[in-house]
Amino acid sequence: MASEKVHTLTDGNFAEVIGNTEQPVLVDFWAEWCGPCRMLAPTIEALADELDGKAVIGKLDVDANPTVPGNFGVRSIPALLVFKGGQLVDQTVGVQSKDALKRLLERHM
Amino acid sequence: MFSVGNKVSIMSSELHEVVIIGSGPAGLTAALYTARASLHPLVIEGLQPGGQLTITTMVENWPGHRDGVMGPQLMADMRAQAEHFGTAFLSGLVERVDFSSRPFVLTLDSGHEIRARTVIVSTGASAKLLGLPSEMKLMGRGVSTCATCDGFFFRNRPVAIVGGGDTALEEALYLSKLASQVTVIHRRDTLRASKIMQDKALANPKIAFRWNSAIDEILADEHGNVNSARVSNLQTGEVEMLTVDGVFIAIGHTPNTSLFKGILDMDEGGYLVTTGTRTNVAGVFAAGDVQDQVYRQAITSAGTGCMAAMDAERWLELGDVEFHHAGEPATVAVPVRA
Repeated sequence: MASEKVHTLTDGNFAEVIGNTEQPVLVDFWAEWCGPCRMLAPTIEALADELDGKAVIGKLDVDANPTVPGNFGVRSIPALLVFKGGQLVDQTVGVQSKDALKRLLERHM
Repeated sequence: MFSVGNKVSIMSSELHEVVIIGSGPAGLTAALYTARASLHPLVIEGLQPGGQLTITTMVENWPGHRDGVMGPQLMADMRAQAEHFGTAFLSGLVERVDFSSRPFVLTLDSGHEIRARTVIVSTGASAKLLGLPSEMKLMGRGVSTCATCDGFFFRNRPVAIVGGGDTALEEALYLSKLASQVTVIHRRDTLRASKIMQDKALANPKIAFRWNSAIDEILADEHGNVNSARVSNLQTGEVEMLTVDGVFIAIGHTPNTSLFKGILDMDEGGYLVTTGTRTNVAGVFAAGDVQDQVYRQAITSAGTGCMAAMDAERWLELGDVEFHHAGEPATVAVPVRA
């Protein structure tokens, strides 16, 4: 069921993916023990399928990758950060509907 | 078109006997009962599938689990049980309801419309906030309403919790395992929480209390991250700057009823007004926290979910008039037969 289209981001590959992508990139900061993050996971997958080619959707496990969340001051998850041209352009916290996330990304397409 | 839990796609034009809005203990119990009554219920899961219990840890007061059960596990089990008997699930958010004509029409945020003969409202409640401008601005930057989600970010850091109920103390106890110091800020000098939670929290060396106190401002450093809270003693007027990296708000809940404003009767607090589980619109029933500001337990939510399911089933069977008679035995004379 897991979508192939959701990119797994890490402290190691984050800068490269964010810096080298022309389309907007939505990053879902999550962790295994976070209930709402698990609830959001299918929405993120559906979003990746739907926006394939128009936006890049990634997930970053804050448990395994402490540096990136620290750099962006992430202190609540799920946190959803939107990057464009390597820059942070939008962010939101908490579970959102697929359509709300789509609208968020469409502002940067 | 829709992403549906049991992988059956649902046509928007299809007419459903029962549509349940919300997927906490009330919604899933209503689904279980209506599914077993062969009414093929559709559950619209909402923003937080599984409801408030999905962000708790151990639930120790769900009967039958003598060693407790994890909230997310309990909800996953309830969902699987409802699904097993034929409940369909739809991930989405209801944006509009039209209860003025039959069948009822529910419009999702995707724009899709769903038609229903009966609706069970079990949209639950959401965490209440303090109402400070700084609180909204710092949400996700140190202000949180979910200790199990965000406690991780405050390892060996000082945090504050606002509130004096079971949720506040449960979060305090959870955070005491991670944070360097936990300060509970409470408006009164007595706790509303159950005795067992009070005993645990009061005995915990990492948990301190500020009684008769309230936070009137949350402050941040130059990076926009919370670094302190201004705490006022409501009796003496004394002000203290508390050094904290996180502020967790647990001051109760507000019912999720904005969708029904002007459509369903509600009290001043926004809770739906019901007779049994009936709302003022015939064929629309309510269950769980959305109509209960007194008990608000998983078990009472499940109980009212069961009641709403049985009421919806009977309403579909009998229609309006007969249902009302059957539902009010005390006011209806029983015909005597020779």
